[in-house]
Amino acid sequence: MKKIQIFGLIIVAVAIGIIVSTAGDASTYVDFTKAREMAQEGDAESIHVVGKLKKDVSGRILDMEYQPEIDPNYFAFTLIDNNNVEQKVIYKNTKPQDFDKSEQVVVIGKMQDGAFTAEKILMKCPSKYDNGKMETTEHTAAKS
Amino acid sequence: MIHSTIGSAGHLLVIIAFVTALVATFAYFKAGMSGTLPEETLTWKKFARMIFFVHVAAVAGVVFSLYWIIGNHYFEYHYAWKNSSLSLPTGYTISSFWQDQEGSFLLWIFWNVVLGVVLIFSNRSWEAPVMTVFALVQAFLTSMILGVVIPGLDLKIGSTPFLLLKEVMPDLPVYQMDANFIPKDGNGLNPLLQNYWMVIHPPTLFLGFATTLIPFSFAIAGLWTRKIQDWIRPALPWALFSALILGVGILMGAYWAYETLNFGGYWNWDPVENSSIVPWLVLVAAIHTMIIGRRNATALKTSFILTIATFILILYSTFMTRSGVLGNASVHSFTDLGLSGQLLVYLLTFTIVATGLLIYRWKELPVDEEEVSTYSQEFWIFIGATLLCLSGFQILATTSIPVYNKIAEAFGTILNMALPADQIGHYNKFQLWFFSLIIVLTGIGQFFWWKRVGQNRLQALYNPLLIALIISAAIITYQGVKDIQYIVLLTTAVFAIVANGTILINIISGNYNLSGGAITHIGVALMLIGILFSSGYTKVVSINNSGLMISRSEEFTSNDNKENKENITLWLNKPEKMGDYMLTWRDVRVEPRHIPGYIPKSWVDIVEGDFHAVALRDIVVNDKKYNSKGDTIEIFPENFYYDIEYREPSGRIFNLFPRVQINPRMGGIVSSPDIQRKYNKDLYTYVSMVTNPTAEPVWSQTENFTVNMRDTFFVNDYVAILDNVIRTEQVEGVTLGEGDAAVKAIIRVLDKDKEYVITPSFVIRDRMVARKPEVSNDLGMRIQFQEINPQTGQFSFAVNTTQRDFIVMKAIEKPLINVLWLGTFVLVIGFVMATIRRFKEFVKMRNRENMPASGKSKSKARPQAV
Repeated sequence: MKKIQIFGLIIVAVAIGIIVSTAGDASTYVDFTKAREMAQEGDAESIHVVGKLKKDVSGRILDMEYQPEIDPNYFAFTLIDNNNVEQKVIYKNTKPQDFDKSEQVVVIGKMQDGAFTAEKILMKCPSKYDNGKMETTEHTAAKS
Repeated sequence: MIHSTIGSAGHLLVIIAFVTALVATFAYFKAGMSGTLPEETLTWKKFARMIFFVHVAAVAGVVFSLYWIIGNHYFEYHYAWKNSSLSLPTGYTISSFWQDQEGSFLLWIFWNVVLGVVLIFSNRSWEAPVMTVFALVQAFLTSMILGVVIPGLDLKIGSTPFLLLKEVMPDLPVYQMDANFIPKDGNGLNPLLQNYWMVIHPPTLFLGFATTLIPFSFAIAGLWTRKIQDWIRPALPWALFSALILGVGILMGAYWAYETLNFGGYWNWDPVENSSIVPWLVLVAAIHTMIIGRRNATALKTSFILTIATFILILYSTFMTRSGVLGNASVHSFTDLGLSGQLLVYLLTFTIVATGLLIYRWKELPVDEEEVSTYSQEFWIFIGATLLCLSGFQILATTSIPVYNKIAEAFGTILNMALPADQIGHYNKFQLWFFSLIIVLTGIGQFFWWKRVGQNRLQALYNPLLIALIISAAIITYQGVKDIQYIVLLTTAVFAIVANGTILINIISGNYNLSGGAITHIGVALMLIGILFSSGYTKVVSINNSGLMISRSEEFTSNDNKENKENITLWLNKPEKMGDYMLTWRDVRVEPRHIPGYIPKSWVDIVEGDFHAVALRDIVVNDKKYNSKGDTIEIFPENFYYDIEYREPSGRIFNLFPRVQINPRMGGIVSSPDIQRKYNKDLYTYVSMVTNPTAEPVWSQTENFTVNMRDTFFVNDYVAILDNVIRTEQVEGVTLGEGDAAVKAIIRVLDKDKEYVITPSFVIRDRMVARKPEVSNDLGMRIQFQEINPQTGQFSFAVNTTQRDFIVMKAIEKPLINVLWLGTFVLVIGFVMATIRRFKEFVKMRNRENMPASGKSKSKARPQAV
């Protein structure tokens, strides 16, 4: 076999490795029901859940807890996924500044001890200048 | 009055630019076809050139029109209204131009025009085929800002920046009252982007994008006219120039993100960042294969593939960031303007035409006679280029996940794939090893390139290897590097510096012109070391160890207390220990426009919804008086700076001023870091949460206290003592006349570790009672002197309390980050040298080619400096 062919084979092998690993590392969009099932099965993969904040009729956010004077690194809220399943979400970081205005929230993380622990939060907020348009912001719980 | 002429002119010029681009494409194509007669070719060429110059003029006109609209504040235009405002300093008015999508397309079009003109004048022999590609690209780009609706089909082509506000938002209620309404002011540039980087980063990046078209055009021209090898010489200097500019553009973005935007670091693996680094990696690979492409057939073929791939990847990147396909995945992609279809056509056209042409000509490309030797330079360069491409491929494979979802959607299935939750881990898993290998190859490759080693004589490599191992061992021990992958990356990078350094010393005395490669490689190696330490050994310093926190026991203690304590709360004027430092939040400051530094917010009263403030006292900074009390000064109304005092163990004090910006465009409050720069590390501090500095405090219900002199009472859990009530002659804000009287109470409030004195006053003026309360922000308390009862000798006070002011902040140490920036400069110098060298070679060759040719080309051969 010629060197170039061996070389080609190696490249193909690495490329396949990359694709397999990407597929393996890629997260998925699921709902809370699925997230709970996964946790029960012991699947510790981080997942994406899209949802809305729990609000009362007048638009006030319900079940949200943040007391920076006690612990600035603990923020908890309730998210309702697209199938109307409620779930408490814990985000071990400061409350994102624009959180209250967000219309849609994507939480990335996993179920732990009955609560969804978010490593990252993506929010869609209404843009002030473009009517009807949404802007995305991202927040990550730090880890080191 | 609505200035409709300039907009119509701009719109018309866009249409002219589009049409001329199409005509120029056709004419240059005709001129490039080899079947036609020489005279006919010449006629076509002249005609094409003339049309292209009309195109150039039209584009210049479009740019001018848009500037005119923005510069003159014609807010009846949507673009000016949306992206600029009266209060915007002049420098940033320029950047309003490319703040939005249409403007950034225009910037790209503008650069292409400039580059096209340079090419026409510097390279006559390649003009026709190269400019065919150029003109076609221009046709596609101008179509993006065409803004023409094809009647009957209801098909909108492009989005024009010359729309009136009325045309964009016809439903605004104001238009029903006044059809000629013109807004008084615009929305302004997003305050977060009001930064000099916004002035230089986008033009640089877009020049980088635009220049990738040149090597691509030459490759296509080479295939087309069967100058299978000759295209490399003129294309190579441009490829280097492109890699230089694109690289600088990307790094500027990285630095901007680090310094201002607070994405947490200089690289966030954001899809927008990724999709610009991938073409750069492939371009760098292409440069390497082009260098050996004239000698080696495999490298030549690879050069074709990679140069084409670079440009296609730029188009793909444009498609990703502008079509809305990224959706949730990216923080800073553009919103969808409805151009997705057009962008896709653009991308697919060039992909299909370029690949088609390459396949069509593949059989005519040369083939290597014999196998390449493992001891040849070609072999090592080839491996290096391959690794660069694999690195790019890995980034691309992951970044494209949202695209897979869309493709699946188009085929009727739902994929629901999302980007990896731990992106850094995912990318590092590959990139760290790829770059360890790549950087080693830069060293080995250079030794083979300069024939310092070969078959049976590898000795020359032993010394650099030995030196590198010793240096790395020293660094590993000194810095305490323990992770095996970091050890590998560090050792390989040090080896690259030593090896390239050896070569550099060898060749620099002979001809420094040739040392560009070695210098660039050293730059990359330094950058890798900087990245390794600043990212791998980032240390959060703001670990909360005050012990005062009420802990959520298990969570706080689990995982070595690390997980959730990286932010600390600071109360106004209350020192808190953080690592080795004692921190105190002192003040909130604002940024005046014509005064250096920041001034306390309490010195001024900010006029709401304006960029002016009224001075409440004389403004004296560094012993210089800038304004008197009552003056109106200009400020940046969105920016607030939190004065945080750091006291080092040695007693030395420095202050950092992390910024908080009230920015409705970004959804509320945006914070930017302040950085204490030391030679060996940066201390990166930012405020992660504040109470809105513009909000009025919410006071609790009034509580009344009636006490005797020297009585003790409890307010809001504090012990307060009325020490005295004394007569006073001066009450701030009140002028006392004859017969007026004023007293003030001296109330001592005891906090845990500090005493505060609050002195509310009680004034009788013109037989009227005035009560001047005093507010203590430190305590979150307001006391008003209510009443004096002469009978009982008792005094009454009204007390309101509010949330005490606090901020939550985070501080991170980034060690050796300066090595990254140093590496960047070295890289730039290397690229500049390599570019100049290859330009000189090109000019020499062109002039030689032109010599024996007929007289007509002699006068036209003008060396082009870069």
